[in-house]
Amino acid sequence: MRRIISVLMENEPGALSRIVGVFSQRAYNVDSLCVAATDDPSLSRLTIVSHGNDKVIEQITKQVNKLIDVLKVSDLTEGTHIERELMLIKVATKTELTRSEVKRTVDIFRAQIVDVNAKNYTIQITGTSDKLDAFSATMAEHTEIIESSRTGVCGLARGEKALRAQ
Amino acid sequence: MEMMSGAAMVVRALKDSGVKHVFGYPGGAVLDIYDALYAQDSVEHVLVRHEQAAAHMADGYARSTGQTGTVLVTSGPGATNTITGIATAYMDSIPMVVLSGQVPSKHIGEDAFQETDMVGCSRPIVKHSFLVKRAVDIPMAIAKAYYIANTGRPGPVVVDLPKDIVNIQEEHPYEYPDEIKMRSYNPTLKGHSKQIKKAVRTLLEAKRPVLYVGGGSIASDASEVITELAEKLKSPVTSTLMGLGAFSSVHEQFVGMLGMHGTLEANKTMHNADCILALGARFDDRVTNNVEKFCPHATIIHVDIDPASISKTVAVHIPVVGSVKNVVEQLLNVIEDSDLAEQNEKVSDWWEQINQWRSRKCLEYKKDPEQIKPQEVIESLYKHTQGDAYISSDVGQHQMFAALYYPFAKPRRWINSGGLGTMGFGLPAAMGVQMANPDAVSAVVTGDGSIQMNIQELSTCLQYNLPVKIISLNNRALGMVRQWQDMIYKGRHSHSYMDSMPDFVKLAEAYGHVGIKVNHPSELDDAMARCFAEKDRLVFMDIAIDQNEHVYPMQIKFGAMDDMRLSKTERT
Repeated sequence: MRRIISVLMENEPGALSRIVGVFSQRAYNVDSLCVAATDDPSLSRLTIVSHGNDKVIEQITKQVNKLIDVLKVSDLTEGTHIERELMLIKVATKTELTRSEVKRTVDIFRAQIVDVNAKNYTIQITGTSDKLDAFSATMAEHTEIIESSRTGVCGLARGEKALRAQ
Repeated sequence: MEMMSGAAMVVRALKDSGVKHVFGYPGGAVLDIYDALYAQDSVEHVLVRHEQAAAHMADGYARSTGQTGTVLVTSGPGATNTITGIATAYMDSIPMVVLSGQVPSKHIGEDAFQETDMVGCSRPIVKHSFLVKRAVDIPMAIAKAYYIANTGRPGPVVVDLPKDIVNIQEEHPYEYPDEIKMRSYNPTLKGHSKQIKKAVRTLLEAKRPVLYVGGGSIASDASEVITELAEKLKSPVTSTLMGLGAFSSVHEQFVGMLGMHGTLEANKTMHNADCILALGARFDDRVTNNVEKFCPHATIIHVDIDPASISKTVAVHIPVVGSVKNVVEQLLNVIEDSDLAEQNEKVSDWWEQINQWRSRKCLEYKKDPEQIKPQEVIESLYKHTQGDAYISSDVGQHQMFAALYYPFAKPRRWINSGGLGTMGFGLPAAMGVQMANPDAVSAVVTGDGSIQMNIQELSTCLQYNLPVKIISLNNRALGMVRQWQDMIYKGRHSHSYMDSMPDFVKLAEAYGHVGIKVNHPSELDDAMARCFAEKDRLVFMDIAIDQNEHVYPMQIKFGAMDDMRLSKTERT
């Protein structure tokens, strides 16, 4: 089962490699990893998408929590949550027809064209991973995808729940 | 504020952390620190012959005292040579701090001479590590390293020190913290009261309880309270290899070590129990055998300071996170004496059953008039040390014979590499024990394979007058490998024998020690007496034993805990 695990940790050099190390040394899966400093610059927040049965996910959260630099770990998929991913995707727009088809699809998906070139558009799209997959698939039907880059998932729990140092 | 160089800070911070002994080896990146060591006498440095041995010495030192062991090595090969020793300590949760030199900051990443990313190399086998970037951070990093190493679930911590920050030319203000507080590290030490009540209810209802004691019981110094609990509940007690001595092996309620080479009665007791109280043990694969068939009737209560150990291999019914000592005290506080009469009555049938298993006498062996049996060597060792020595061990058949045939009445007397199974651990560990306990008897049970993995330390023993007693069971083979080859590979002894064995007596003498060769059963007792009469000398006993002896009992692969071979021809 797919899980989104949020980790709050000290923003120290080497902290990230320790987390990644836990996954590789214990043979856990990482589908995506997203990390940056938080509003408190002494802390980093990581969002890891992984999959496995309940026993594996329980071990992942425990083993990550065990790291000295880690303050808190929470499995966002345990409750209601918001998740978003951002993708930049560059597609070929060689004819008038593809240009208008691409533009229409961008509007339907509420994406944005952020760079325009004689032969291609670069599009920015945010949403759930499923939405990004669907957008890529649709683009591929209309034109050639030149390259794309995704941030991996980040997420927050809905409502009062929050992952904070205190 | 006192001003001093980075190197002086390292030594001063060791002193302020309570360090008395450092095991190490100098080299380019740590010359400044060694210079600072030269100028003082509060921290004693022990010069080893190989950095791996320094880590094992610090490890033996820590296991026998509970105090954190300290290692100091240079960058590159000095640091990487400690890796096996760090991994050994990590697997057995032993508190250790390893200070490693590093190339100057500006050269990090340039593949400089003797550069290794020590923090990276050691990452999977440390509890935590620090790469110190400024001299003023040295005291805090070292203070934190000792705090982390010996709180919660203990473990090794690496502190990597670039050469430029420890240089003796520049002075910086020294400030050692009064207390350590880390918002990201707060181990749970006391059990949750609801879980404690649940555990007590289950224990009092049990008809066939067993206490399964592991290394965490020794780490938390819980022997006294465990004994009190076991006696109140009249429960049988078994121990892992790592837990031996936490509950006295000569106590009538002790049913022996459990697991792969556990006693028949221990494994039978576990398999048939209706309630298992695991105290600082981690359901290791060398204990459980096939987890699918593990103890099918038992409600399992698992007490462990590390939440990640709970339900890692075997699903647990009542988890209690906390130190074994605290939690057992909490259990004792909740158990009412009035509840015990009924409970004690319930377990009397259980003891009848256990005593029946005991009557099989699974550790009995046949002596041979012409060949020395390994078991009788351990029995003789027990006799000549009155069961009161610190016994370190290497890894292999001799380790299992020592664990099974030397009953440990006290904790911290049995020093062995249980988790990693490191050959070469024994001699340096016994040296660390001797450094920490200069008046005690420190012996190492080893074999002709293991001893040769760190034999260079005989030289260190001479330099520091360490009168370690080496009891080497020489079977001219890698006994445990050979046993498996006999059992599983039709006796094809692929590379498990040693040709060209050295003359160990001459070797010991060459290093300035006493060597004794024992060939015949009739000589064993006198030789052992002579060995322990040499109070101030290292004695190397090279004892020729029967090459074909196997360690039994032994669990049968893929079976339940109590599916065992009892000898070459008998099974349960």
